[in-house]
Amino acid sequence: MRDATAEQRAWEALETVFDPEIPQLSIVDLGIVRAVEAGGDGTVRADLSPTYSGCPAVSVIELDAEVALRAAGFASVTIKRALSPAWTTDWITDRGRQKLLEAGIAPPAGEASKMALLDPEVSSVTCPHCGSENTEQVSEFGSTACKALHRCRDCLEPFDYFKCI
Amino acid sequence: MIDPQASPLPAGTDPAVTLGTIGTTVPGVDAADVVAYALRLGDDSLILGQRLSEWCAKSPEMELDIALMNLSLDLFGRARTLLSHAAALENEGRDEDSIAFLRDIGDFRNVLLVEQPNGDFAETIVRQVLFDCFDLPFQEALAASADETLAAVAAKAVKESAYHLRFSANWLIRLGDGTEESHRRAQAALDALAPYAHELFETDALEDRLIKAGVAVDRAALRPRFDERLAAILKEATLTLPGTEWRPTGGRRGEHSEALGFLLAEMQWMQRAYPDSEW
Repeated sequence: MRDATAEQRAWEALETVFDPEIPQLSIVDLGIVRAVEAGGDGTVRADLSPTYSGCPAVSVIELDAEVALRAAGFASVTIKRALSPAWTTDWITDRGRQKLLEAGIAPPAGEASKMALLDPEVSSVTCPHCGSENTEQVSEFGSTACKALHRCRDCLEPFDYFKCI
Repeated sequence: MIDPQASPLPAGTDPAVTLGTIGTTVPGVDAADVVAYALRLGDDSLILGQRLSEWCAKSPEMELDIALMNLSLDLFGRARTLLSHAAALENEGRDEDSIAFLRDIGDFRNVLLVEQPNGDFAETIVRQVLFDCFDLPFQEALAASADETLAAVAAKAVKESAYHLRFSANWLIRLGDGTEESHRRAQAALDALAPYAHELFETDALEDRLIKAGVAVDRAALRPRFDERLAAILKEATLTLPGTEWRPTGGRRGEHSEALGFLLAEMQWMQRAYPDSEW
């Protein structure tokens, strides 16, 4: 039997789990928690969707989620790795986007469904430091699988851009 | 996979992570066929990922180093799930690690293209363009597979493959339509590697059975899209496909080039020297 109070407690526990490669953002704000089912008997199942197939943080996040749920009083924890439907940056919450910006990481511009295959980014990327839209891509791949490297032509600062996929 | 050694959970607690559909496939389909198919796809990803990882710390530019390692990681990620699926369906006590690190060269089922040495940067990029032009439509089609694990891996891979192709195609255009030297090298790489692309479209009785069951992708049907996309990239890159009839093949039967042996020697060394060692 699903229990709304227990599920609320599970969601709150998962909000304390962070992606080790983007420590500003909880996994809930990152949009990788796809479903939570909890019962009043201490059982809980959380479906987590990896950002990238080979993301090295996947196992750590799953482990941290399990530990957080156990700490929140759940005795029987199941973490399901949900590959399908595939995670998209469209699932990052508004609060998540704000936190990325505050951390100096430009949130994904536009919507993943509107990406063109062989063209560069369709939407312009806004500099998280000075707000200028006069920016350029330095590298399509950045410090982690989920980021690209950009540079602002106005304030001249380089910055990470959360790739739109 | 959660490493129980690193877990602050009570000793003996089983890893709680499940990927619900791993180890199950379509009712009525011979599981051995799906095992063989998952090994082919897993080995293509694993071996290309390993090749790309050889560029680590010695790419032409730091940005390229990061890019090639990102591609490599995506491919390793796919390989892990595919090989785990094969191991679970096979149910003979193997896992993703023993399949990757303890098989001999004759048991690998990847196409010859992905094991070809990195060569210079042009050769790596040409190999990648050939693979990506095939892989994007392949993953799109596999996402509709009746096998839920294969479909899930593919649904994830589609986005990554599109990103890979954008990177590799743009670099091939830059090299081909660049300086005299970069053009010469890109054309030489294409002359050497283009014949290997044919093997990507080969099918056999096993895949025919799986195609009928809705599990496998009809590779031959992808050929027009591959040809069209590759032609568009080569035109912009001012490169021409070699007019050779040579079609090297054999990877799916375990008949590999010498190059794979050296790759495996490096990749498997640790597990061979220290069996069952863990991080």
